[in-house]
Amino acid sequence: MSLRDASSLLPPLRRGGRGRVRSGGRDLPLLAGMIAPAAAVFGAFFLLPLARLFAIGGGGAEGWAAYATILTDAGHRDGLIATVLLSAAVTAATLAASTVAGLFLVRHRFPGHALLVAMLTFPLAFPGVVVGFMVIMLAGRQGLLGTITQALFGGKLVFAYSMAGLFLGYLYFSIPRVILTVMAAAEKLDPRLEEAARSLGATRAQLVAHVILPALKPALLSAGALCFATAMGAFGTAFTLATRINVLPMIIYTEFTLQANLATAAALSLVLGLVTWAVLAAARSFAGSSVAAAG
Amino acid sequence: MPSNFHLDAVPIRLQACGKSWEGGGRALEPLDLAIRGGETIVFLGPSGCGKTTTLRIIAGLESPDPGGRVFFGEEDVTELPIERRNVGMVFQSYALFPNMTVIENVAYGLKVRGVPRVERAARAEEMLEMVKLGEFAGRRIDQLSGGQRQRVALARALVVRPRVLLLDEPLTALDAKLRDGLRLEIDRLLRQLGITAVYVTHDQGEAMALGDRIVVMAEGRIAQVGTPREIYYRPANAFVAEFVGTMNRLSGEARNGRMRLGPGFGVALASLPWSGPDGAQEFLVRPEDIDLAEEGGHFDARVAASVFLGDRTRLVVETEGGQPLTVDAPGRADFARGQSVALRLDPNRLLTLPA
Repeated sequence: MSLRDASSLLPPLRRGGRGRVRSGGRDLPLLAGMIAPAAAVFGAFFLLPLARLFAIGGGGAEGWAAYATILTDAGHRDGLIATVLLSAAVTAATLAASTVAGLFLVRHRFPGHALLVAMLTFPLAFPGVVVGFMVIMLAGRQGLLGTITQALFGGKLVFAYSMAGLFLGYLYFSIPRVILTVMAAAEKLDPRLEEAARSLGATRAQLVAHVILPALKPALLSAGALCFATAMGAFGTAFTLATRINVLPMIIYTEFTLQANLATAAALSLVLGLVTWAVLAAARSFAGSSVAAAG
Repeated sequence: MPSNFHLDAVPIRLQACGKSWEGGGRALEPLDLAIRGGETIVFLGPSGCGKTTTLRIIAGLESPDPGGRVFFGEEDVTELPIERRNVGMVFQSYALFPNMTVIENVAYGLKVRGVPRVERAARAEEMLEMVKLGEFAGRRIDQLSGGQRQRVALARALVVRPRVLLLDEPLTALDAKLRDGLRLEIDRLLRQLGITAVYVTHDQGEAMALGDRIVVMAEGRIAQVGTPREIYYRPANAFVAEFVGTMNRLSGEARNGRMRLGPGFGVALASLPWSGPDGAQEFLVRPEDIDLAEEGGHFDARVAASVFLGDRTRLVVETEGGQPLTVDAPGRADFARGQSVALRLDPNRLLTLPA
């Protein structure tokens, strides 16, 4: 007989049993009263602005068709695709780099270890504009790489203002956000799991694929989601670098400030939020079952 | 259950295996040890005695200091990392892969060896049957009890037919009732498979019950190697005498075939015949080897404490001369503090430590 069967034989301790509060009719006003402050804040600062944004999006000259421009307007559509691809690439690269570096930092102690970890997380505080400026200093027209390649090969390597420059900048501010999460998860790995796998003959690669990555998966998923969402909405770096390419936050900015096209800006904002949310939801459900099992 | 499932009995030899920590200090003094093929050997000792380090050197998870060698049969495996030694390991924390089902866990060693899927499943199922978990094949690990988890870990370690099975405190995380059941199960498996097994524990009951031989360790050294009976009845030194079971230490002297216990017993104790070594200054006696006497006791003592243990009553008594003694009485006998009891010693059951 299982424990659950056995418990059904016992008389219930009290109404609702097992300490779970059932919201019977009598409790309802009390519960409503207790949740009211939170509900008010949620409504005032989240639902209302969103609803207003939604209304503004449909209130322009084009009407509700503003929402369709994300598909019909080539500039908007390409901007959206570029933003999603860039964010996905940045997320993948960030996760890869942070996992390797995070595992290494957790498993090896060496002089300067603490300093290195501190330095890796230093860019957390930088505004996007500063990150963009640093990419320009590295790969801009007067940048370090340009100067070196000019001297060596007679041609300037300049990619700060391209997708590559954006990618580098995004990577730079994403890694600190992810690496701390990875390190925290890696410290909790049970070393016995790896020893067990090795005793069974697992190679390094098998160890990583079968033991380490599955154990890190929940942390990688949440860190990756945060990284992706941040990259989707990143503005400062794009503002500094994106002279020739359009990512969605830049398009929104342009519509809003330069063209005073409030409706389009509002519509694109909501689309940006929805697409980000949908991609994350898809990623989570794709990985969901295995996360639960590892839980 | 397949009766033909039998594993090779590989002897293991450690030669001058020591282990120093990086920051200085020794975890293990260089030791030599021969483990016979098919034998279950138990490393027993308090924490920090070097027993786990020795196990990890055999496993290949630690390498011995230069000069130390590990042999599996005739093969020198010192340089082989654990993944190429073909050893089975069972840990205190089970160390099952949480992202795999029970059967996937058991089959894992076969999977990394490239055994075809069908054969893999068949062998894993056979092994699961052997630990009586056949019906749990599809379960997730977090749906199993501690005892079931450890049986899965055993199956996982054994399915690859390891040359030696290494168990690091496998029962410590379980509660007492489960522990006894699983201990019997492990014993049955080891006998049935005929595999060489090395078992690390701090629990002397486990060591006695499972070990063909016990290696008692203290402070990075081997204190004694012997069968459970040898360890219990012929301790080689004061540490083993103190660590294994309970032992009373009595001072006295033995001369010309007679022995007499020291001042702690008062004047009442006459000398007794003695067949042990001449000149002994100290005698050891187990609590169960001191008898309560109806009449004609060798000496009297007062009950200082009485603990009912079910199968026996353990007394702490004090002799007239102030010597404390631990004495086992039958479980049904009841004693009051301060009560006087008459005790008898059988000189044949007194032990002495080698000089």
